[in-house]
Amino acid sequence: MNTLSLYLQYIVNGITLGAIYSLIALGYTMVYGILKFINFAHGDILMVGAFSGLLIYQALVGEADPGVWTMLAFFISMLASMAICAVLGVFIERVAYKPLRNANRLAPLLSAIGVSFILSNGAAWIFGTTSRRFPYPFQNDPIHMGGVTITPHQILVIIVSIIMMILLAFFVNKTRMGKAMRATSLDQNTSALMGINVNRVISLTFAIGSALAAVGGMLASFDFRVYPSMGTMTGLKAFVAAVIGGIGNIQGAMIGGVLLGILEAVGAPLLHIPNGMRDTVAFAVLIIILLVRPEGILGKNEREKV
Amino acid sequence: MEKLRINNISVSYGSIRALSDVSMSVAEGDIVALIGANGAGKSTLLNAIVGLVPLQNGEIDFEGEKICLPKHHQKLSTDLIVRKGIALVPEGRHVFADMTVEENLDMGAFMIRDQSVIEKRKEEMYDFFPILGARKKQKTRSLSGGEQQMMAIARALMSNPKLLLLDEPGLGLAPLIVQDIFNKIKIINEENKVTVFLVEQNARLALRTSDYGYVLENGRIVLEDKGENLLNNEKVQKAYLGA
Repeated sequence: MNTLSLYLQYIVNGITLGAIYSLIALGYTMVYGILKFINFAHGDILMVGAFSGLLIYQALVGEADPGVWTMLAFFISMLASMAICAVLGVFIERVAYKPLRNANRLAPLLSAIGVSFILSNGAAWIFGTTSRRFPYPFQNDPIHMGGVTITPHQILVIIVSIIMMILLAFFVNKTRMGKAMRATSLDQNTSALMGINVNRVISLTFAIGSALAAVGGMLASFDFRVYPSMGTMTGLKAFVAAVIGGIGNIQGAMIGGVLLGILEAVGAPLLHIPNGMRDTVAFAVLIIILLVRPEGILGKNEREKV
Repeated sequence: MEKLRINNISVSYGSIRALSDVSMSVAEGDIVALIGANGAGKSTLLNAIVGLVPLQNGEIDFEGEKICLPKHHQKLSTDLIVRKGIALVPEGRHVFADMTVEENLDMGAFMIRDQSVIEKRKEEMYDFFPILGARKKQKTRSLSGGEQQMMAIARALMSNPKLLLLDEPGLGLAPLIVQDIFNKIKIINEENKVTVFLVEQNARLALRTSDYGYVLENGRIVLEDKGENLLNNEKVQKAYLGA
């Protein structure tokens, strides 16, 4: 395998990984856009999404061989897991963040870290700490194209991510509630003056962000397995992706995720970083971004208003 | 008939009292002006009407219905108050800068469900403010101050309000543009039968446009009369008209 196709392979792997980061980063960025607050429990939502997806999938297919039914079951369990996480996200906002909306900015942040512990430890208590494999719902025989190998799993990740992002872009730009969401992120009081129920918009934001995290969690679990603390590192990296793209900016989260995935997949072998230390790439990128362009790629340098 | 009735309201920000026992009323079909110096509490009063600022005491009625009560008894949030038929054009315009003119107008029509009504209202706005029609696909941040003010007024009118509240519509704008905006306000009032309550530092223009006026000083109403009478009032002339 020559060097060029080797790096092409890294890029393909990076895009797959990055698509998952993007899906999760969207939740961070949408919530930040409206509440100016980092939901540190978001990573654990993706864990809940992966667990509920896996359990529903297993209940549906048992030990069946991959086929049409398993694919269908996979999508059914994905929709169910999205619904579960959407409800969970809205519930968490109501219970843990809404009462603190007018408190010191640190308070909801601490509350989020608390929720994160509750979710991951709760999962460990219920499901145990051993990691579980998410069986492929299809034959995962690699497809060779030129010098590059792509697996059906990677194709699934990319197609599902693209569909989710198109749906989100359509919602935010074309629908009435989507526009209300953008307006609320620009100016909450003025949005209320338009007759927009700001609390409802906030709930909707948590619902959508959490549902996307559920998809990200399920797609990630083929590679990373399913275990109670799976959301910590993936969630952190998705947060880095949101910062790279410009936190609060939806397109930024999409771009930042894919970019981070590629940088990680290409950067580690390029810089001869051993496998166990691959995660350093993401955080090195975070430090560089914060030093060079703290507002992120698409972020706006917000001026303080007098 | 009385459109808006403010009964003995008080508002504080922490230990600082912004409004003390303010009472006033706005009659249906009138233009009413509230004049006063910077920091007199004018914006606080408008924000209190739409529930953006909680009351300490007193109450506010709109068309005979209590819309604002003291903090712990307040039932209606801002979005529900404006749905009664009140629109506020906030100080500093607060346009949605990252949205196009057309999207801003769509937001103004958020509470209207019928898309054909929204389209019709938008066309009316583009007729009334031709500059907005010419710029409908532009991001609002690229508009000039005067254009943004027109945009904010048009956005408020999209919901077809019965009462229009305007907070310093002339702030920071060139005199000719301010005059133009006040002419538009007059038309909105006369032709569209919208009751107007405006707050303005440019006392002369505000009182000339208005049927009735109030003078606010340090959070208290110190004078009220017909607009023309206030224009001729010695104290008002001395304090606000630079005569």
